[in-house]
Amino acid sequence: MNAEALVRAPAAAVDLLVRGAHVLDPRTGIDAPHDVLVREGEIAEIGAPGSLEVPAGAELVDGTGRHLFPAFVDPHVHLRVPGQEHKEDLGSGTRAAAAGGYCAVVAMPNTSPVVDSASGLRSLRDGAARDAKVPVGFMPAITRGLGGEELTEMAELRALGALGFTDDGRPVVSAGMLRKALQYQRMCGGVIALHEEDPSLSGAGAMHEGAVSALLGIAGIPSVSESTMVARDAALAGYEGGRVHMQHLSAQESVLAVATAKAQGVQVTCEASPHHLLLTDEAVRSLDTRMKMNPPLRTEEDRQALITGLRDGTIDCIATDHAPHAKDEKEVPFEQAPMGTTGLETAFAAVYTGLVEPGVLPLGLVVEKLTSGGGLLDLPVPMIAVGSSANLVLVDLDATWTAGEHGYASRSSNCCFDGRELRGRILMTVAAGSVAYRERAFSLSPEGAAS
Amino acid sequence: MNHLLSIEDLDREAIERICDRAASFAEVAGREIKKVPALRGRTVLNLFYESSTRTRSSFELAAKRLSADVVTFAASGSSVEKGESLKDTILTLNAHKPDVIVIRTPWAGSAQLVTGWSPAQVVNAGDGKHEHPTQALLDVHTLRSKLGALDGLDVWIVGDVLHSRVARSNILAFQKMGMRVTVCGPPTLIPRGIEALGCTVRHTLDRLAEADVVYALRMQHERMDQAWIPSLREYAALFQINAARLSPHQILMHPGPVNRGVELSGEVVDSPQAAITAQVEAGVVVRMAVLYEVLAGSRASAAAPSAEGALA
Repeated sequence: MNAEALVRAPAAAVDLLVRGAHVLDPRTGIDAPHDVLVREGEIAEIGAPGSLEVPAGAELVDGTGRHLFPAFVDPHVHLRVPGQEHKEDLGSGTRAAAAGGYCAVVAMPNTSPVVDSASGLRSLRDGAARDAKVPVGFMPAITRGLGGEELTEMAELRALGALGFTDDGRPVVSAGMLRKALQYQRMCGGVIALHEEDPSLSGAGAMHEGAVSALLGIAGIPSVSESTMVARDAALAGYEGGRVHMQHLSAQESVLAVATAKAQGVQVTCEASPHHLLLTDEAVRSLDTRMKMNPPLRTEEDRQALITGLRDGTIDCIATDHAPHAKDEKEVPFEQAPMGTTGLETAFAAVYTGLVEPGVLPLGLVVEKLTSGGGLLDLPVPMIAVGSSANLVLVDLDATWTAGEHGYASRSSNCCFDGRELRGRILMTVAAGSVAYRERAFSLSPEGAAS
Repeated sequence: MNHLLSIEDLDREAIERICDRAASFAEVAGREIKKVPALRGRTVLNLFYESSTRTRSSFELAAKRLSADVVTFAASGSSVEKGESLKDTILTLNAHKPDVIVIRTPWAGSAQLVTGWSPAQVVNAGDGKHEHPTQALLDVHTLRSKLGALDGLDVWIVGDVLHSRVARSNILAFQKMGMRVTVCGPPTLIPRGIEALGCTVRHTLDRLAEADVVYALRMQHERMDQAWIPSLREYAALFQINAARLSPHQILMHPGPVNRGVELSGEVVDSPQAAITAQVEAGVVVRMAVLYEVLAGSRASAAAPSAEGALA
């Protein structure tokens, strides 16, 4: 890969001292209160709480009682550029990312037109270099127009900075087509990320197929529409020696299929989304269109299988599949509504409230899974270590807030957690050495403000 | 009761109250002048996004017999065809100040949505494949008129359950009235998970004789291109209710329109066991009772006058 993979608008490198925050980085093993000094956007020093002096001109942030994590990376977001800027754009989407504690996101290509050419990718990267608040990576399509019939110019796209390839939103229906992409991957690299769904099984389905869909009379999307494709594509990846990343797993059968493939040595990784980790098809009973996404919310058994998959390592990361839609697009009957929920601004708090606070998952594991998504695409993993670029998120775990109470940084508000009381508020996000977000009520200390 | 959105929302008491009121309205249908002033000055707005003959006309007739003003909007030829959203259509129609909106759409939950967009009382006349509560109420009314109490009776619902809102509403309504429900049809037309509604699932008619009531669903020709079944001929061979299969003690029902020679043989349609015409008759009085219930019902139940009061 020649070009730099991540792009953002120019931003000033920050000098700041976070004093006394509980620093937690599962990779370095640090898990105690520390002072963390950032100079010119790099982590310069880590010391005992209160031990580090504020250098002249640096900002002081009081971290007492707060937590400092490596900032999160989301390998799966929809920024809707080009063509659907009424839903989101590079500026609003990356502001939402920063507000959610993310220091990098990876945008999907199912835009209008589809990102499937060098000119499309170039123009997007130019846009990100003007508008993006946090670094953005791009995955162009595997097939032209997501049509499933012709490969994109993968080698050229890679040279221009493509992180990998995906037809996300749609499966690669033809096994032969995916096989060719995997063969080409051998030459040009780049992970192939897969939206796993057999359309002959999912059909016109609008929710999980089960007791709730039977009651509502809504056509179902059976779990096997996902798991059969996971198994097929893992077999293809194994055969070709390719690298694949399975997006947004939702069904227990899919988790099993990935575990089996991993045990056989296939280079497969996968992700789960906060909504699939926290909600089930019971939430669809009310026919709230914010609960309509693809893959759909499934059963409690599926949800438990995803949680177990995170715990045992089958599932490599948490990805939001942030999918903004305009208000009027979602204010329609359930079956007419587009699929998708926003997620960037609620991911941490939702997972913390739903899984960490009740003791289902340890905080360190959740931080690891929220930060590992970029590494799966060969991006550097954010770390709190001297010499690393500063990618930090400061969090108040005790703060209670209601999702959407002050609106969203995203242009869209179709969030499945909207209106829920959540714990864990992002106070500040530092992305690639620059401050990308400050919570509105979070003020600097007097020294910092004076400096 | 404010709205009638689903059978799921109703308890047995509410179902019986509506059916009892329908029975008293049936008396009106026998008069020479078939009209009472119960809803005089009220406006009923029928909004139909799907073609419908009997449901639409029976709602119109029901409203007229209660002296309400009725306007009917059909999706074809209207702003809907020009791409207006359901919400915008409702907001526009609110300008007519309807007291009741009767709505049928191909989408589950649309009647529920309308309650958030309009101050009118909303009656669900069919929302996608979800529910068709007035059909279930008129079916319960028809059966009660013929049989009295329904407790402990067996009903078999036969045919295309997958695509049927009638099946969903009736499974719920019949069970609320104390009946045991069996659904029967080819596995491709029985939705996975339907047992969760409390019914038994069978794929043959071998034990049809156990049924007290046989409720056949319409096979929709337009669905046959999707290969839900190999052929209508084979379907009829396996699942058609005909004279050989129907026992003399059984009541036969069908929501209409019937495909003679497919789900029902001609001879059973014309037999005295068929309650199909009675169902259509019940349609008007039950919809009168529903309109009365949603408009005057809350007031009436507070003051507790009988339906006779409405007739005065």
